Amino acid sequence: MIVATLCFYLFAGVAIVSGLMVVTARNPVHAVLFLILTFFNAAGLFVLLGAEFLAMALVVVYVGAVAVLFLFVVMMLDVNFQELRAGAARYMSVGALVGLALLAELALVLGGMTLGGVEVSGGALPTPPADQVHNTRALGQIIYTDLFVLFQIAGLILLVAMIGAIVLTLRSRPGVRKQKIADQLARTPEQAVEVVKVPLGGGAQ
Amino acid sequence: MSIGLGHYLAVAAVLFTLGIFGIFLNRRNVIVILMSIELMLLAVNINLVAFSAYLGDLGGQAFAMFILTVAAAEAAIGLAILVVYFRNRGSIAVEDVSMMKG
Repeated sequence: MIVATLCFYLFAGVAIVSGLMVVTARNPVHAVLFLILTFFNAAGLFVLLGAEFLAMALVVVYVGAVAVLFLFVVMMLDVNFQELRAGAARYMSVGALVGLALLAELALVLGGMTLGGVEVSGGALPTPPADQVHNTRALGQIIYTDLFVLFQIAGLILLVAMIGAIVLTLRSRPGVRKQKIADQLARTPEQAVEVVKVPLGGGAQ
Repeated sequence: MSIGLGHYLAVAAVLFTLGIFGIFLNRRNVIVILMSIELMLLAVNINLVAFSAYLGDLGGQAFAMFILTVAAAEAAIGLAILVVYFRNRGSIAVEDVSMMKG
């Protein structure tokens, strides 16, 4: 029990500190690396909550795909990031004000919240006991049955995002000589070889 | 000393506030704004999973998975738009984007 408590404070503390570093880092590459650290610690929190599948999905999807995508874009674009941060001090005060107001409101809401009156073991999709059905299996049992339509729609969203990203970034540059395999395969001997009747003493034209 | 639902909600609230703060602080840099949005989505996911665990309802975890999907799609499309925009204009400053109004 004490180990779980210590782990919670470790994961939560590192997640919050690295989250702060994400928004305050001068170098965007450092910001992306701190974002990766935040996601790792959030995955640790998910493991503590018993959501093992979601923790691993977070590591695979975010650290493996999204954060690397960010890293690619940050390193690919030749942008002067110091120049972009020029007015940061001006917005610091208003940002801190809005942030503190929001945090105070959230604290008031959470401080007054109780779970009284809520059926704790139940709901629409009750969790099966963890010693009989593990988390991944339980999640699969509801995703492929009760939430099947949502699952299909999620797949459709990913397909649309993939096609959209490809369409947006694909460009055909003029003047680049590329191999056109379809044209090569469609070539026939009639198109490729020209048989010329050479007259005597005239030579080929 | 034991960890309750309130602890997780507090962590999520702080992370969400950090995301809002990041948008204000880096309001000229689109890449960091996108990262702040990812932080806010992560905070929402922590809330959903914490409630799911403490209420014994698996629906919250399934919903968090769909949020993960949408967040990944959003990041991919957002970064693609950013790359195209940089290719056309040579800058990613937020003020210049208002030219897209036409």
